[in-house]
Amino acid sequence: MVACVEIRAAGKIYGSARGPVTALADVSMDVAEGEFVSLLGPSGCGKSTLLKCISGLEAPSGGEIRVRGERLSGPPKGLGMVFQRDVLLDWRTILQNVLITAEFQGRPTAATIDRARSLLERFGLGDFQNRHPWELSGGMRQRAAICRALLCEPEILLMDEPFGALDAMTRDDLNVELTRIWQAARRTVIFVTHSIAEAVYLSDRVAMMSTGPGRIVEIIPIDLPRPRPLSIRETPEFARHVTHIRGLFAALGIVKE
Amino acid sequence: MMGMWSGSAGLRGTLAVLIAVIGGWEGAVWVFQPPIIILPPPSRIWVDFLEAPSYFLRHTWYTTSTTLAGFALSVVLGVGLAVLIVNSRLLERIIYTVLVALNSLPKVALAPLFVIWMGTGIEPKIAIAVMLAIFSIVVDTVLGLRSVDPDAIALARVNHASPLKILIKIRFPNALPSLFVGMKIAISFALVGAIVGEFVAGSAGLGFVILTAQGQFDTSRVFVALVLLGVLGTLLFYIVEAVERLVLPWHVSQRAVAGHGGH
Ligand SMILES: Nc1ncnc2c1ncn2[C@@H]1O[C@H](COP(=O)(O)OP(=O)(O)O)[C@@H](O)[C@H]1O
Ligand SMILES: [Mg+2]
Repeated sequence: MVACVEIRAAGKIYGSARGPVTALADVSMDVAEGEFVSLLGPSGCGKSTLLKCISGLEAPSGGEIRVRGERLSGPPKGLGMVFQRDVLLDWRTILQNVLITAEFQGRPTAATIDRARSLLERFGLGDFQNRHPWELSGGMRQRAAICRALLCEPEILLMDEPFGALDAMTRDDLNVELTRIWQAARRTVIFVTHSIAEAVYLSDRVAMMSTGPGRIVEIIPIDLPRPRPLSIRETPEFARHVTHIRGLFAALGIVKE
Repeated sequence: MMGMWSGSAGLRGTLAVLIAVIGGWEGAVWVFQPPIIILPPPSRIWVDFLEAPSYFLRHTWYTTSTTLAGFALSVVLGVGLAVLIVNSRLLERIIYTVLVALNSLPKVALAPLFVIWMGTGIEPKIAIAVMLAIFSIVVDTVLGLRSVDPDAIALARVNHASPLKILIKIRFPNALPSLFVGMKIAISFALVGAIVGEFVAGSAGLGFVILTAQGQFDTSRVFVALVLLGVLGTLLFYIVEAVERLVLPWHVSQRAVAGHGGH
């Protein structure tokens, strides 16, 4: 497999008013082309920091990150991003919000607008494309944010706790939809979460992270078959993975048993 | 529904208060009979206006155009300065210091200087209106340009948006509600500036009318000008607010009014 993202001994030290903060220390990992990897860990372990470094928004203080073989000096091409908050712009309709990724890079063509419409259609937002964000529920808004990230057909999708603010049912829905679109067009996905079950359900591999300083402690392959129906979460294999990961976090003193 | 109901109730309330004040004033003058030079009754003020409506309206128009010119210039210059301020720490320090220093000077004291520099035409009046109005525009626009969700900027940068695109597509629309807050304050200040300018030197405008009438001890005419000034200020304010409602139907403060709230 070809490495799409290579992280080599990357570290990140933030300067702050109370002195330097080591957010990330000596992180190394490869993500293969088309792979779905989760970054799993408690809050403050540097998940967002690592994602920002991969996106080229922050430069690592040490080590290096390569995307498709090229050392980063700013955001690489073909990146899609989804955040915990949907960051939809209130003054734009849902369709215009989705189109903004294209507008940032130039003027959207008729084909791009068609693509935005069909994406919204696919995510069940066809009837809402001319509404404004505040008229939609949290789940619908986050769907629109995913459409926006997918508009320019990114090769790498970075998602920072995208479903963290949603209720459990909406979250399940979006987990299923995300696996479905990922299955259809195998993009590389790096997905941040602090839910063990979510990480196991979605991922090919789960990178477990820990605090003090932020680092990757273990990378767990998830060999569950695909496609994965939601009911896979009730199988013993699924439970075995969850128990294994929770056990490792417990041994690190991160979760209590 | 809600907005319309409270709107017409508000209008009725305002009218009731206005009628009560005018009626009370008329009654009080009738009872206490103060010298007309101290306090003329509203009926006399109305009659004085009707004696020379074109005179008063011509001067009202002069003040209006000075105010609007000063206001427009403040918006253009103020937004420009705000963009410079948010783009450079150095410029921020320089511009802010100058603005704060200027703003702390009493503008009335500066007015004669403007007359020396620019003569007795409309220019110094516009300049004084700008001096008074620009501060709130700059301060509120800077606030609006700055209070952008960092994730929105991150999104733009990941998509290789140029700084100009970020300004046009994110920062500026995001600053509009705040800019309108500043504009609602600025329109009143621009009017004050116009009057200050007309007080210092001039041969037109409501400020000039007040000065002339005062010279002739014609208190009633002073009141005509004051009432026109009040009406003008109120109208200008509500025009800005109406424009705000047109431009910002998406903003939280406007949703109930614009009728998007019914979900
Ligand atoms: N811009 C910043 N300046 C200073 N410290 C930061 C900054 N961003 C994050 N940190 C610190 O780095 C650590 C990791 O943060 P973050 O990557 O957000 O963790 P996570 O996403 O896993 O919750 C935290 O201790 C946080 O306080
Ligand atoms: Mg985070």
